[in-house]
Amino acid sequence: MAVDRLSLEIPDRSITVLVGPSGCGKTTTLRMINRMIEPSEGTILLDGVDIQKQPVNTLRRSMGYVIQNAGLFQHRSIVDNIATVPRLLGWSKQRARERAAELMERVGLDSSLAKRYPYQLSGGQQQRVGVARALAADPPVLLMDEPFSAVDPVVRKGLQDELLRIQSELGKTIVFVTHDIDEAIKLGTMVAVMRTGGRLAQYAPPAELLTAPADAFVEDFLGADRGIRRLSFFPSGALELQTAPVVAQDADAAKIAARGSADVPYLLVTDLDGKPLGWGEPKDLKAGEITPERLLPYGRPFVHGSDSLRAALDGAVLSPTGWAVGVDDTGRVVGVVSQQTIGEAIRNAHAQGSGDDVRAAG
Amino acid sequence: MSGYFDIPSDLQHSYLGLIGLHLREALIPVLAGLLLSLPVAQLCVRFRWLYPPVLGVTTVLYAIPSLAFFVVLIDYTGQSETTVMIPLAVYSLVVLVPAIVDGVRSVPQETLDAATAMGFGPVRRYLQVQLPIAVPAIIAGLRVATVSSISLVSVGMLIGNQGALGNLLNDANIYHRPELAVTSVVTTAALAILADAALALVRVVLTPWMPRKGATR
Repeated sequence: MAVDRLSLEIPDRSITVLVGPSGCGKTTTLRMINRMIEPSEGTILLDGVDIQKQPVNTLRRSMGYVIQNAGLFQHRSIVDNIATVPRLLGWSKQRARERAAELMERVGLDSSLAKRYPYQLSGGQQQRVGVARALAADPPVLLMDEPFSAVDPVVRKGLQDELLRIQSELGKTIVFVTHDIDEAIKLGTMVAVMRTGGRLAQYAPPAELLTAPADAFVEDFLGADRGIRRLSFFPSGALELQTAPVVAQDADAAKIAARGSADVPYLLVTDLDGKPLGWGEPKDLKAGEITPERLLPYGRPFVHGSDSLRAALDGAVLSPTGWAVGVDDTGRVVGVVSQQTIGEAIRNAHAQGSGDDVRAAG
Repeated sequence: MSGYFDIPSDLQHSYLGLIGLHLREALIPVLAGLLLSLPVAQLCVRFRWLYPPVLGVTTVLYAIPSLAFFVVLIDYTGQSETTVMIPLAVYSLVVLVPAIVDGVRSVPQETLDAATAMGFGPVRRYLQVQLPIAVPAIIAGLRVATVSSISLVSVGMLIGNQGALGNLLNDANIYHRPELAVTSVVTTAALAILADAALALVRVVLTPWMPRKGATR
């Protein structure tokens, strides 16, 4: 049996992720929603109405469907691929193509690709076409079956960010299948963890999943570093940054001497624009002779406020000085923070038990 | 030079007339074979168990000598072009049925799933997705069937000069004009090559979506 007595309530206008090991019935579940697989028993209600009540092709045309490798029609141009469902619904060719052009823009495809054929596109571009095709007739429901599994990690991250952006604009009811728990936590408003045999192991928002796994299976599936990953749900805005250990490249000797102290073993040197260059010990920094090549690397800065505590901690761990660099949206340094301070912020966040309402930021 | 194209009057056709006749006798059977193969192939795709026996039957039919066909058919269709064309149509099946089946089966499962999920019914899916994607395979089959049909027409000579250009072989023999045999063979070969090239061109025109040689994804 692929799926056994599964009961799920999928919220409107949000992303529900079905995640689990292969063979857990997540794809089967998805395909039952558009009746590509008929359940042997039970019902599926859409807005309170049994999906069996309407003709199957009408149902399917009202649901966008995106699959791994996009499944594009290789014999049709990009614009005609996207216009498929509008054409099936009887739109005029002109109107369907206009709609397709609009969608290409929405999913970030250059309009010069319209007349190309699928073989001329990269995997990531094909997947964007797949998403555009699914959105073409503006369906309220979007079904996505491991849509980003076959592209490389960099492209995948781009597609995920794009999906979140599109979702914030369109507010579709999305059911998303993946075997990648990180993807589930990043995208899901609600995450359903399924186990082999099509049974539901846990159905919860991602932060709750990481905080309180229902059982050993879910805990195991979440992986070893769920504590670290949970930090994605805590914003970095509450961190108190220090500005004292930050000096500009053209700082004079007095300033450098004044900034160094027992608490501050290293100073962060910025360029004249305020962008970070690297760390140096106060005694090694000679006014007027600071060369970026001789400074210690500053790791990966986090954007104060919009990045999560996970990004801040990561920055501190990456830097040999143990301090993380906070920057603003433009990359200018707003302050630095030590591992100790980040540790305290994490303890405070845990104590407050907050974070449940915060979207994954890292 | 005139000896080559000076056609004996018993054939009742000019040189160009023979070419036209030859093409008609060769191409109509291929067309008929294609029209018959499409539904047969679709049945083989739909019911997988049907494919091996169908393949067996077409192979056995292909093994029947055309003379044997003529002996049976002549009672019904007489010494006519039809008698020549029926075996040719039957022979084309051995190439066309597998070509179409392979072509339709080569459509990726995810493409079919996508079509189904978007609300294509089975007929629309066949006509708008499977068949167009099978076009390269079908045309590859048509090229073989067409070339073979053009060369096989000549045998119609045996039933009262129904072999178009092939009739020249017989005339070369009875009138002691070997140049007529050369005309027959060279012209038939040229027709086959031209028909093949034409179909190759049709393929390119019909499938702008195929990767060109050397192009990469």
